[in-house]
Amino acid sequence: MREAMDPWIFVIASYVIGIGATLAMVAWSLLAMRRAEKRRDSARSAGRGAGANS
Amino acid sequence: MHGFANPARFLRIARWLMPLCMGTGLVVALLALGWGLFVAPAERLQGETVRIVYLHVPAAWLGMAGWMGIAGASFTEIVWRHPLAGIAAKACAVPGAVFTGVCLLTGSLWGRPAWGTWWVWDGRLTSMLVLLFLYFGWMALSQASEASDGGQSAGRVGAPAIFGLVGAVNVPIIHYSVIWWNSQHQPPSITMGKSAMSGDFLMPLLAAMLGFTLIFAGVVLARMRAILAGQQAEARLRRKARAEVEAF
Repeated sequence: MREAMDPWIFVIASYVIGIGATLAMVAWSLLAMRRAEKRRDSARSAGRGAGANS
Repeated sequence: MHGFANPARFLRIARWLMPLCMGTGLVVALLALGWGLFVAPAERLQGETVRIVYLHVPAAWLGMAGWMGIAGASFTEIVWRHPLAGIAAKACAVPGAVFTGVCLLTGSLWGRPAWGTWWVWDGRLTSMLVLLFLYFGWMALSQASEASDGGQSAGRVGAPAIFGLVGAVNVPIIHYSVIWWNSQHQPPSITMGKSAMSGDFLMPLLAAMLGFTLIFAGVVLARMRAILAGQQAEARLRRKARAEVEAF
């Protein structure tokens, strides 16, 4: 005999996992990009400053 | 293609293309999922659980597409020494692994009500799990080879490129597994120019695939920008340190 299962539990769990993972990945990628570009820009301006001092 | 080998030109294009892909992708994917969840009908045999298809199939497609992206970039790196190819391969790995994981988890959640089990060791599920392990292996190898040469390998083809090409063997195995072997998993519903699905299910599915593909492209472009910016900052700091040592 098969147990009765509420299909919506499985559907909602799938959507939570799928949407959650996608949004987390998008946010992580954007933050990593912003952080890396800020680091590059500060390295660039530090280099310019050093060039002006020498 | 070699026109895009110039990082400055790539950055000029990526600056407007990345937000366009990501924004459009998020809107299209959310609309498609809403369509699948609230508008599309339940299926005659599977009932409401069929709605998992609107996440499961795009995730499976992008899990495989991510590895094909790694393989294509590896081939380009080996043959043409394209300076952005290694960066593109690295940028494909995380979104590819995330979508492979989503495919496995949503598949398991679909399998329980449809088959009565969370997991079976059949060809399709096992080859998809192997793909996830290939992603983990590729990422570990890529980090290890970067750490061992301290970022000095520009222009030299490394082990990750070879691994990326060899691992592509698994993609046709995943695709044909349901044809070659007796499988619990159903055979492909959508093939080139043909579909066994009714339009009520097919339209939101195609919209979801388009939306998630655009998100994938946006994430890859964002990660390429991050890796490139990291390399540029590193090179600048190294040059500055060398100049300071020489001046001393």
